Amino acid sequence: MVTAAEVWDALAEIPDPEIPVVSLVDLGVVRNVAVSDGHVRVDFTPTFLGCPALEVMRDAMADRLRALGVEPEIRVRSDEAWSTDRITPEGREKLRAAGFAPPAPRAAGAPTLVELRAAVFRCPYCGSTDTTLENVFGPTPCRSLRYCASCRQPFEQFKTI
Amino acid sequence: MNERLLELADDDLVIGWRDSEWTGIAPLLEEDVAFSSIAQNEIGHARALYELVARDLGTTADELAFDRTPGDYRCSALVALRLVPDWARTIARRYLYEQADEQRLAALKSSEDPEVAGLAEKIDREEAYHRMHAQMWFDRLRDEPRFVEALEDLRPLVDQRPADLGELWEEMTSVRRSVAGATW
Repeated sequence: MVTAAEVWDALAEIPDPEIPVVSLVDLGVVRNVAVSDGHVRVDFTPTFLGCPALEVMRDAMADRLRALGVEPEIRVRSDEAWSTDRITPEGREKLRAAGFAPPAPRAAGAPTLVELRAAVFRCPYCGSTDTTLENVFGPTPCRSLRYCASCRQPFEQFKTI
Repeated sequence: MNERLLELADDDLVIGWRDSEWTGIAPLLEEDVAFSSIAQNEIGHARALYELVARDLGTTADELAFDRTPGDYRCSALVALRLVPDWARTIARRYLYEQADEQRLAALKSSEDPEVAGLAEKIDREEAYHRMHAQMWFDRLRDEPRFVEALEDLRPLVDQRPADLGELWEEMTSVRRSVAGATW
């Protein structure tokens, strides 16, 4: 009989489809795992609603758990939204090491342009805080583009949501 | 509630469709990136809203998005307009749409249904980045006569239903209708 801990371990082996240095568990999209009588239910919270990786994540979780010999139910939760605050400290460190600036902590309200421009973001390459916002949008919905004036390198910043 | 959710979903689907028409031809490369992301988000919001309604009605998000007749859509005249290649009007529409959307989402966030409230909260947090984009362009163009005129022209359309969605519907659903019986 599979235990919840084994399910968590299996899910922690699944890389994010777009940024494979972090796992789905690092990313914090697995909200809950419930195991009873060989039935496994995984509560999954989508990152960005338009993210094309969502189906890939869902299928990867189902396939991995079937390999454990269980028939999983992947339940998409919309009542409790994912936030970038759900990314684990390990996940943030892996992002930084891979050249992405991790998201800033989430404030009480929705982020504003004034906050985004005023916030201090550190360049993941040289560590300088002399960086500016180039584009609110980037290569995927979850990222913005910034530029480091110190090492003259553009880099990707995770949006806070 | 389903009616309100469908109205929002239809608006998001159609503006996502219209915004995506700028992909590859925007006046700045940065705006190609921005409009592609915004369109992707809007269509993602539409999908999540359709899924919520579909569960209640015993249908699917795809059927709600593409298998209704043109007269069944509840989107506004504002989003239905094809505005390429008019950048001033496109930015004016984005600005007006985000203003209207923020108010609707605020109302849905206080819904007693936790799924509706949770989804509205989620959508609103993503839309915050669309509002930043609209605000940056508003600040840049606010003194341009063409932009000011576009705002005035388009503002009344926020609350108007489109007269005829036929042409847009033909385009949006052509691939899906091209293979009879396909379940995709």
